[in-house]
Amino acid sequence: MKTFIVHFLIAFLGSYVYFKYGDPLLPYNAVWAVMVSVFIMFLLWLTSPFYHRSYFHKLPRALSFVMFFLKELVVANLRVAYDILTPNYHMKPAVVAIPLSVTTDLEITLLANIITLTPGSLMIDISADRKFLYMHTLYVKDDDLELVKQHVKNGFERRLIQLTR
Amino acid sequence: MLEDINFLLIREIISSVLIIVGVMFMLISTIGLLRFPDFYIRMSAITKGATLGLGFILSGMGIYFNEPDMLLKVMLIIGFTFLTSPVAAHVIGRTAVRNKIPFWQPTNLEEFKEYLRKEHSTHRDHQRDNKHL
Repeated sequence: MKTFIVHFLIAFLGSYVYFKYGDPLLPYNAVWAVMVSVFIMFLLWLTSPFYHRSYFHKLPRALSFVMFFLKELVVANLRVAYDILTPNYHMKPAVVAIPLSVTTDLEITLLANIITLTPGSLMIDISADRKFLYMHTLYVKDDDLELVKQHVKNGFERRLIQLTR
Repeated sequence: MLEDINFLLIREIISSVLIIVGVMFMLISTIGLLRFPDFYIRMSAITKGATLGLGFILSGMGIYFNEPDMLLKVMLIIGFTFLTSPVAAHVIGRTAVRNKIPFWQPTNLEEFKEYLRKEHSTHRDHQRDNKHL
């Protein structure tokens, strides 16, 4: 995590300085700026096995996690938008208690934030012994609460655990 | 070859499309705020739609203005919005549960009753919660 932040700052400042004060070969626009910073990050990533071995494996997983999250975000947003624009409600709300396997403060905060950002689900509370997470969700297929729990546990939580441990 | 392409036009088209998509998301979530049946569903409609819409609008703006400073600020605003808006939604939702705002009729509340029994049967205070950690 620390390595990622340092690399990200280096890449961002590198591309910023290159386009602001350097003599760029490319015409400036947003696409090229992002491409240059991605290129710098890629170079730094290639050097990382020498000082931070696990970072080398974790960055591709982190990227796939971000892609998965963006996909979920857009799909769920479209589903809620469809529900808003058509006259009948298709939703079946429920309050679900999700058993947690993440333990530390950072992991629980990240998981709660991600769940709340996905439309149609809202964190309500966490139990006092940190074993359960109470979530208000909009779409439950045929009253099967297990399916919702499995979706969260296999989708977000598994990937988050892979990332932070 | 490269000189023939009208970069300004391409930029304008891309940024207008992004801004229109963002405004559509905001509009739809506002309609949802007005017509959804209960407090919690309204909350979920408004926070996410507005966050995603803001992200689209700001990235369209960053592409249009086409300056490093602008892009930096836009990225920072998007990052902090995505970090903080779920926290606000969580706090508001939790306050609503504590103040016993009713749920929509068809809501499946089996596990919520369990939650009320377990967490609200005695008054929860933070000193007791943190004692066994």
